[in-house]
Amino acid sequence: MRKVISVMVENEHGVLARIVNLFAGRGYNIESLTVAPIPESEYSRMTIVTEGDPEIFEQIAKQLNKLIPVYKVIESDNFIEKEMAMVKFPIENSLSDIDALARCYNGSISNISEDFIVVTVLDRAARIDNFLKGIKKFNPIEIVRSGVSVIDR
Amino acid sequence: MKMTGAKIVIESMIKENVEVVFGYPGGAIMNVYDEIYKQDSFQHILTRHEQAAVHAADGYARATGKVGVAFLTSGPGFTNGVTGLATAYTDSIPLVVISGQVPSGLIGTDAFQEIDAVGISRPCTKHNFLVKDVKDLAYIIKEAFYLAQSGRPGPVHIDIPKDVTAAMTEFVYPNEVDLKTYKPTIKGNKRQIKKAIQAINEAKKPLVYVGGGAVLSNAGELVREFVEFTQIPAVETLMAKGVLGHYNPLNLGMVGMHGTYAANMAMAETDLVISFGARFDDRVTGKLSEFAKNAKVIHIDIDPTSISKLVHADYPIVGDLKRVLEDMMPLVKAEINPENYEYFRSIVKRYNELHPLSYHDSDEVLKPQWVIAKTGEILGDKAVVSTDVGQHQMWTAQYYPFSFPRQFVTSGGLGTMGFGFPAAMGVKRGMLDKVSINFSGDGSILMNIQEFVTAYEYKLPVINIVLNNNYLGMVRQWQTMFYDDRLAETDLSVQPDFVALVEACGGKGYRVKTKEEFVSALNDAVKQNVPVFIDVIIDRREIVLPMVPAGESLANTIVEYKDPKQLENKDNK
Repeated sequence: MRKVISVMVENEHGVLARIVNLFAGRGYNIESLTVAPIPESEYSRMTIVTEGDPEIFEQIAKQLNKLIPVYKVIESDNFIEKEMAMVKFPIENSLSDIDALARCYNGSISNISEDFIVVTVLDRAARIDNFLKGIKKFNPIEIVRSGVSVIDR
Repeated sequence: MKMTGAKIVIESMIKENVEVVFGYPGGAIMNVYDEIYKQDSFQHILTRHEQAAVHAADGYARATGKVGVAFLTSGPGFTNGVTGLATAYTDSIPLVVISGQVPSGLIGTDAFQEIDAVGISRPCTKHNFLVKDVKDLAYIIKEAFYLAQSGRPGPVHIDIPKDVTAAMTEFVYPNEVDLKTYKPTIKGNKRQIKKAIQAINEAKKPLVYVGGGAVLSNAGELVREFVEFTQIPAVETLMAKGVLGHYNPLNLGMVGMHGTYAANMAMAETDLVISFGARFDDRVTGKLSEFAKNAKVIHIDIDPTSISKLVHADYPIVGDLKRVLEDMMPLVKAEINPENYEYFRSIVKRYNELHPLSYHDSDEVLKPQWVIAKTGEILGDKAVVSTDVGQHQMWTAQYYPFSFPRQFVTSGGLGTMGFGFPAAMGVKRGMLDKVSINFSGDGSILMNIQEFVTAYEYKLPVINIVLNNNYLGMVRQWQTMFYDDRLAETDLSVQPDFVALVEACGGKGYRVKTKEEFVSALNDAVKQNVPVFIDVIIDRREIVLPMVPAGESLANTIVEYKDPKQLENKDNK
């Protein structure tokens, strides 16, 4: 089972290491992790996608809460989820085909250089998976995923 | 007043009423040691190894209930102390450990004696700090003492770069700390408590299961009151020894791998486990799927992560055990009828009569159980008893008549060999009116034997009673029972002359082979003002019983084991 956990932590030395060590030390999976400061506060927000069963999630949430710099652990299932992916293609591809596909996933062409086309899309992680399957035939050279961010509805 | 970071460290210790610091100096922490030299508000005890410094602070904390403090230098000084941090962490012991670090500008350059100390201590401390600015130092120290003692206690590590101890700032020690992100739950939920009382009322075979939390929250008296009022039988973990008292008729003894037959069977049979600050460790539960199979679980613990981690709690109560019991007792007295549990009491009584804790005494060779029981008979509640780790530790838990909380100091969670002697030094320093005993084995004692020099120098007359079987006995026992007696690397026939060794360090040594010799050595030892080593030659092949083999159900407690080789070895060595 997949679960998205948001954690609000104090912006301080080593806090990311504490979270990551906790997952590594206790054998919990991290599928993706994003982190950035929350504007005008002393906190950062981490979004962690993890795999496991409900008992594991309960322990993860408790263990996160036990860390001193953790302010809040949010485990809502009712959220809007977005992930960004950037993909680089050889210039030989059809621009319009790629552009059309990107638009289906809230995306567009971000850059065109002498050799490459770079496309950026923004969608749910599961839909990003689909997009990446769909573009295989265009021989992508490089794929970068941002990891998931969520916000409660 | 403006002062250096080093002086702030010292002044903060004074504000926290620290009376003793255990430690070992070195380059990165020299500024702090220079300030120690200039003050006489607290004592510094120079151990001969950093590991011993942290264990000594730990023993001091366990015996007194205060925060133990240790100072280390950077690099190897700190890494030597890590075993001490991990030991305290697994047993939730409040420590503040301060280490020096290379100057801020050199951090990350692989400087001399540089190691990422906070990176290493992160998983084995409750919290840790790297002080980057001298202005934060006083607040961090205050916070460290607060974190160490509050909620579920634990060790806190502060790493201070050398330039921070040299830098000057105004010293203001905060009166209190308020952490937005840390608010331990102290009071138990009233509704949950009511539900728990109802569950106790409905249960036919309830069983109280007391853990180390009862000691840490100073709830000993309330736990006794609960058990005595309700007349519900009780079992205890290794960490809870002394809470109920050895002679308490409702105390069935230790539960788990080397628990009593009655305690283990009661756990297998109970329909309601009432857990007071215990954490369902694997050494207690045996095979999890068989553990208290027919029981609902009331779990009172200050740490939410302990609840439903291994065994599902039907009635979880998060809170400080003492506070929860204070709220519970009026309801208990109003609603619980002790007669309801008469039937269960009669069952566990029969278990106890069927297989009481016992051993085969001998007149030809000393039995370790006899040595411990005899020590208990002679010293009883006059002693605080530490142990190392292994067979002697289990025998001590089984046979010493503990009668008050904090009387037993042992590395339960981590199982750290070498813990006992330095811890017993810390115990002695904190409890000057008590005799400080360390039961050890011939394996464990060598891991911190250098501390004889420290104990001699600071007049800490710890009595080490070393149950010497020329084996790493516990591993040998497993090899005999489960590995066809293939004794891989457990034979310690080659040994130093312990008496000569400790006397070279200023201590007093005895070597005893008979009961009379032991009693006379012990009676002489308590009069000494120097550390003592009683080398007790015991039956080499004695094993710890009862035993639940690892991973098996508590119902499969082995109470008798015939070792074919035990008779051959009668004359020992």
